[in-house]
Amino acid sequence: MLNTEIKITADVAAQHGLSPEEFARIRQILGRDPNLTELGIFSVMWSEHCSYKSSKIHLRRLPTHGPHVLQGPGENAGVVDIGDGLAAVFKIESHNHPSFVEPFQGAATGVGGILRDIFTMGARPIAVLDSLRFGPLQPTSPTERSPEELARNRRILDGVVSGIAFYGNCFGVPTVGGEVQFEPCYSSNPLVNVLALGIARHEKLFFARARGTGNPVIYVGAKTGRDGIHGASLLASAEFSEESQAKRPNVQVGDPFLEKLLLEACLEAMRTGAIVAIQDMGAAGLTCSTCEMASRGGTGIEIELARVPQREAGMTPYEIMLSESQERMLLVAEAGREQQVLDIFAKWGLDAVVIGRVTDDGLLRVLDRGRVVAEVPAKALAEQCPVYDRPRQPPPPRTGESLFAFSADANAEPARWTEQFRRLLAEPAVASKRWIFEQYDYMVRTNTLVGPGAGDAAVVRVKGTPRALALATDGNGRWCWLDPFVGAQHAVAEAARNVACTGARPIAATNCLNFGNPEKPEIMWQFARAVDGIAVACEALGVPITGGNVSFYNETLGRPIYPTPILGVLGLLDNAAHALQSGFRQAGDAILLLDGGSQPAPQSVSAETLRREFSSSLYAKTLAGVVAGTPPPADLEAEKRLIALLVALAREELLHSAHDLSDGGLAVAVAESCFAGEPPLGAEIQLPGPHSLPLEFALFNERGARAVVSCAEPALARVFALARQYQVTAHELGRTGGATFRVQRNGTTVVEAPVESLREVWATALECALRSR
Amino acid sequence: MKFGVVVFPGSNCDHDAYHAIGEVLGQPVTWLWHASEDLQGVDAVILPGGFSYGDYLRTGAIARFSPVMRAVERFARAGGLVLGICNGFQILLEAGLLPGAMLRNAGLRFVCRPVYLRVETTNTPFTLAAHPGQVLRVPIAHSEGNYYCDAETLRRLEREDRIVFRYATADGRVTPEANPNGSLANIAGICSEGRNVLGMMPHPERAVEPALGSSDGLVVLRSMVAALARAGAA
Repeated sequence: MLNTEIKITADVAAQHGLSPEEFARIRQILGRDPNLTELGIFSVMWSEHCSYKSSKIHLRRLPTHGPHVLQGPGENAGVVDIGDGLAAVFKIESHNHPSFVEPFQGAATGVGGILRDIFTMGARPIAVLDSLRFGPLQPTSPTERSPEELARNRRILDGVVSGIAFYGNCFGVPTVGGEVQFEPCYSSNPLVNVLALGIARHEKLFFARARGTGNPVIYVGAKTGRDGIHGASLLASAEFSEESQAKRPNVQVGDPFLEKLLLEACLEAMRTGAIVAIQDMGAAGLTCSTCEMASRGGTGIEIELARVPQREAGMTPYEIMLSESQERMLLVAEAGREQQVLDIFAKWGLDAVVIGRVTDDGLLRVLDRGRVVAEVPAKALAEQCPVYDRPRQPPPPRTGESLFAFSADANAEPARWTEQFRRLLAEPAVASKRWIFEQYDYMVRTNTLVGPGAGDAAVVRVKGTPRALALATDGNGRWCWLDPFVGAQHAVAEAARNVACTGARPIAATNCLNFGNPEKPEIMWQFARAVDGIAVACEALGVPITGGNVSFYNETLGRPIYPTPILGVLGLLDNAAHALQSGFRQAGDAILLLDGGSQPAPQSVSAETLRREFSSSLYAKTLAGVVAGTPPPADLEAEKRLIALLVALAREELLHSAHDLSDGGLAVAVAESCFAGEPPLGAEIQLPGPHSLPLEFALFNERGARAVVSCAEPALARVFALARQYQVTAHELGRTGGATFRVQRNGTTVVEAPVESLREVWATALECALRSR
Repeated sequence: MKFGVVVFPGSNCDHDAYHAIGEVLGQPVTWLWHASEDLQGVDAVILPGGFSYGDYLRTGAIARFSPVMRAVERFARAGGLVLGICNGFQILLEAGLLPGAMLRNAGLRFVCRPVYLRVETTNTPFTLAAHPGQVLRVPIAHSEGNYYCDAETLRRLEREDRIVFRYATADGRVTPEANPNGSLANIAGICSEGRNVLGMMPHPERAVEPALGSSDGLVVLRSMVAALARAGAA
């Protein structure tokens, strides 16, 4: 065959993204020159996307063990014990580059890929969350944006949301939560991170370990086409240039209907006991699934390409091995029982073909009509990619940046503060995300107890048990850019806090690390610092990392995104009936601020430090165009106390609502709790002291370890008692009720408006921003 | 009495219907596989929501040709109870068991949200346990639920009291604002001439437990149970 006869040189290797050293290593492993097919196989497996070659040495610092962890990183997804013999299988993954090149299909296949990772392990997917980052929708956000950029950002958002809806709704998994943020750095590099959760019985978990010499290797699902070739290596492992739209053919096309059939057929086949191992064909397709299964199982695999179902004629071995056609699975069955397996796939109308067998020689051997076209040691391919400790260097200090200036004598101007507050509520990051989440079926499977917009985390019940699971994703790229170590800690803490606000105990985490080009020392420094931040926070809060994904090269024309680690935290509610929402429930309830903080109280901090901290806030960005300073200090002990208290309060059924403080601080948190009702409930609150703090800080600062809760009058005493026991300060702020949202300070009204008018702003802002032209 | 839930390739609310009937109502329920014409002696058939056959061509257009639908059509014409929910409603329209057709939602987007339905008639086996004008809180989740029929058909549906549910406000007013998808005359569900076939876009099987936000959908399923009991189904 022609293409295997091309002389493979270092230049050809370089075109495949392989360095001269990597090429030398390949020749050493093989003891000869690779042919083109083999080079292609190495290039995808040793791509950044598949090999984690730049991140591996750092990821080792993450805590991965804990009392609930059954399976940490290294499998298709992480697995944790949730009692009653059941396991939660969950993982988050990125599909950033494809979603920029082709937003609809990029996002759709992102959902498809992570769903396969879950049901590959024998778990039926029961929930999906999406963590999305886009460029701004507003003309000044925080600086002037061109109409072309805004139009493109709207188009990307629309495409991504439609793609997620298209895939998840048809597949039949509820999209129950997630979050969306907007920053200029994501204009040319949006982030689409998808988290999926599934449930399986412990003894019914499946792993991707090929075992048993002679066992048949079966290909299942969609036919292999020429789509997505080099998706992992060229799309996901390189920066974007102006020609990136030319990479559209590298994006795969999704078919959620086929994936739904694949789900049902795989779960049914697994129930027969005839399946030994199974892995989906995602990034690097047939190459990755064969060599990883063989490598993990300590075996070899031999396949015959002529047997692979193909969408078009004349595909070369290179193309077949590197295709990233969607909705395909590879499985190993018990010898002699293959017919039983094939019959089940036939019942579901799916292609299923025995394409090879497990061998004992440790080799991935690829035949084309009987002729060997590639022969590579599976373990070397899957695990012996060079690992890099890339140079790291902190960026030069940001000197001379202008910090937020607090207003003097603010108390006298309630009209002005109310107007500023309205503008903050209209900021897409704060505004209601209803326009997005109503396009998702968030109820299918009838487990959704707390759906999108209703609580700080999504809560899904586990049928057949009294339990429920809570999930939240979080990550503040702006803060991580200002300080990756502190910002990453906040990402963990906020996700855990959100989970705890529903009453669930955080038990495990998954992460998706979105960064720029790792070959740049400053990016690598950001990455290492962020990993350190995640590690200390996960350790402190008892949420080990069970899996996830690294996405590097999020740069276009040399401009990197903010370092954006996204954390997904899973929590367990022993009693599903205790699940709490974030909205106030009835008039006359007491509103309290719970503050776990023992850090120096703001009044003992210098004015300059306060300014630096507040310059990192959403308020400073939105109302003053300031992105500077440092994130609030992360206080993990305070977070821990608050989380423990929230869980205890929920367990005693003392609260009517709980909502953490994040973007927009106390004022926004209380308002959001007001907006949940139908009609919205008013509230009147007094800002806690000290009253010497600048008013903007008191209203809108974004320190962690705090939550706004409400409870009925008779429960107050017990709430205070528990708060004392858990060493959390409880400030009684005021009462719910009426039709007015009023904030007072030291007896003076500082913000006041009909709650319905504020809600109107908040509820319609995102749609307005998307419709503006 | 026994319920059957049809499983088409791509059905994804089949488990929810099965759970609502089997677990919540405690009634016997069985799966009916699309490739079989054997209805296993069930007394009522549920065509569940989802994306049967991927909704290729048109929603419900391929499903109506499946073997199970031949049996369901015979069952329906013989007076058997058939409830089509969401995609099931679309299939009933394609099969000609109910009149009219579905257009894309007026907003051209998938819409998932709880809506209010006004019970327009209690003279059906699906609403006999409701009271006239009762308002139910039941979710919708579809992108093609914009019901349409010609003027003559509409007059006939009205004349024959076959409009079973209309989208309404929480206090039972039928207004344009309460219409989530542009359906003609706010129609959310209609029944057949024989009143034994109901198609509805909202999902009663998703509103069967207070923990899910509403149990108002139970009245539809309980009505079916009562109707079957009355008819003497063992």
